[in-house]
Amino acid sequence: MSDGVDAVLICIVLTSFVLVGASRLGTCIRVVALQGVLLGVLTLAAAESVLSLRAPLLALTIVGLKGAAFPWLLSRAVRDADVRREIEPFVGYKVSLLLATLALAASLWLGARLPRPNPAMSALVVPVALFTIQVGLFIIISRKKALTQVLGYLVMENGIYAFGVGAVEGTPMLLELAVLLDLLVAVFVMGITLFHIRREFNHIDTDQLVALRDWVR
Amino acid sequence: MIAALLLIPVLGAVVAYALRSNAHRRAMLVAVAFAHAAVAGGTWASEPSPWWGGWLALDAPGRLFLSVTSALFLAAALYGVAALRRELPGEREDFEEGFLFDNAPEATFTACLLLFLAAMTLVTVSQSFVLLWVGIEATTLASAPLIYFHRHHRSLEAAWKYLLICSVGIALALLGNFFLAVAASGGRGAPVPLVLPDLLRAAGTLDVAWLKAAFLLFLVGYGTKMGLAPLHAWLPDAHSEAPSLVSALLSGALLNCALLGIVRAQQVCAAAGQAAFGQELLVGFGLLSMAVAAVFIAGQADYKRMLAYSSVEHMGILTLGIGLGGGGTFGGMLHAVNHSLTKAALFLVAGNILAEYRSKSTADVRGVLRVLPVSGMLWVAGFLAITGTPPFGSFLSELTILKAALDQGRTGVAVAYLALLGVIFVGMATAVLGMAQGAPRDARGVRGRREPLLSVVPAGALIAVVLLLGVYVPPVVHSVIAEAARALG
Repeated sequence: MSDGVDAVLICIVLTSFVLVGASRLGTCIRVVALQGVLLGVLTLAAAESVLSLRAPLLALTIVGLKGAAFPWLLSRAVRDADVRREIEPFVGYKVSLLLATLALAASLWLGARLPRPNPAMSALVVPVALFTIQVGLFIIISRKKALTQVLGYLVMENGIYAFGVGAVEGTPMLLELAVLLDLLVAVFVMGITLFHIRREFNHIDTDQLVALRDWVR
Repeated sequence: MIAALLLIPVLGAVVAYALRSNAHRRAMLVAVAFAHAAVAGGTWASEPSPWWGGWLALDAPGRLFLSVTSALFLAAALYGVAALRRELPGEREDFEEGFLFDNAPEATFTACLLLFLAAMTLVTVSQSFVLLWVGIEATTLASAPLIYFHRHHRSLEAAWKYLLICSVGIALALLGNFFLAVAASGGRGAPVPLVLPDLLRAAGTLDVAWLKAAFLLFLVGYGTKMGLAPLHAWLPDAHSEAPSLVSALLSGALLNCALLGIVRAQQVCAAAGQAAFGQELLVGFGLLSMAVAAVFIAGQADYKRMLAYSSVEHMGILTLGIGLGGGGTFGGMLHAVNHSLTKAALFLVAGNILAEYRSKSTADVRGVLRVLPVSGMLWVAGFLAITGTPPFGSFLSELTILKAALDQGRTGVAVAYLALLGVIFVGMATAVLGMAQGAPRDARGVRGRREPLLSVVPAGALIAVVLLLGVYVPPVVHSVIAEAARALG
């Protein structure tokens, strides 16, 4: 069973690398969707008993939300937009990939030093979760478009969730669903805001959002 | 009772969205606010029974913040009737840059306002850490559309920053929840559910390393939402661009809710014998927030931003108080109440000034005392209250915190605290007194205008309460604040 978990975790790392190196908005959305599906698979693979209803139900919700609903909402928010389809990073793709590799090394090092949260679980859970969170934060700060910031937020959530699925057991299902509901509303509100940003500015580049600041007038 | 507290605003939001007439909707907003305040007041008379297997219950810190939230919402709702009435319909010119913009539909605005109240109520009654997180994230989502009420590019920018920065911050707090779950997963004993009473009872069995990591993530995550420097980037923008009644709620009620998240985490730390770890961090963040606020308040050209930075300052003060522990915690909790009431009143008055002068620049506003006599008086009184001048309540709470610092022999902290308070006093005095005094630019309003009652009475009532708290803290309130402070050790 642990082999299955490891395989899914490695796939999540690979999707993160693809995302960091990808240049087109459409690709990014699809990669994040794929990562969401992988997270659903991880929920199933990490479940202790396959017979309980909890894991399949949760996995189905995750796949439905992260694999289908979010990508659909986000592509809708920017559909027909007169936006350039490239994501225009502040940090180049090659440097980004290099930084991601460094982040992976740091996560593996840190994961080996932390006490194992759950001895029954794969040793890769903590490093992969930390790495995914870092990739998410990196995408938020290094990419220009508001849409990529939402994608970065989702990747970060994925990392946090991977940690939750892998290392924590026994959270009541109702609470997990409440967390997912919050996430759904968050992406929904962000999608609406993206739509307004596009309408107001005719683009979704956040480096143009600089009207509010101190001192300079 | 707890069910009623949550359901009243949610149902109100549904009805508000469905109603056609603006007048009916405003009346309903006020009715919901009164009903919520009545039930919240009722919790002082009879202890509400826990709900949902103890996930939702009201303890001393929760009751304190719930009451403040409910009272502020009532004031904001009453003020809202006056404020929404003076919103001009249709497209109109922006007074800063001259482009045309319109408002979000009032139905959406009112519905979001009520959902915002529901989310804040959920935060105050949550005993479960996960549910608390859900509530705090929900407050972000419900209030982001409120900031974008005036649909132009500045408020949109503010709403986007608010949404993204707070969501990312709160995501870190979710990781904190998972870390806490690992700490409680039974390395040394049986697994503990993430519910406050259970965690406090079994605090001795928690894994200390994971608990400390969890506390750090809670502090950073909820600290972002609370506006602790250097995580406050969203706060001045959101407070300056939102309609004034929303700014009042953001500053007076929402920041407290985020504080409650940190208080819960500190409660668990204290029960696990790690109080000192959290306290040192809180003192550091507190002083840093005050220092950053002092820098930005001095010479601030926009009075709503000045009030926003003042919120950063006061979040710093009460974080410092809680970090000092002992009497400082009592001072911090009392200060949370004083700050909420005063800052909400100041934002409501700022809304009146903004509507009259159509400028947020401190330099453009002159002679408020002559043009808007009542608002002008409240503006000056609010300034005195917020800077901790006797006999207002904030003087008492700030003095308690100073005394705690001196009692513990932390002279450095006490000196820095006093010096920063002094700088901020001078910075705010220059701006506020300049605005209140002087001759108005044009002679049109010199004789003094009769202001609608609803636009001044709520702010006046809040300031009156702060004044009362400075002279006399009722025993009931005192005992609840003391109990809340005791919970923190």
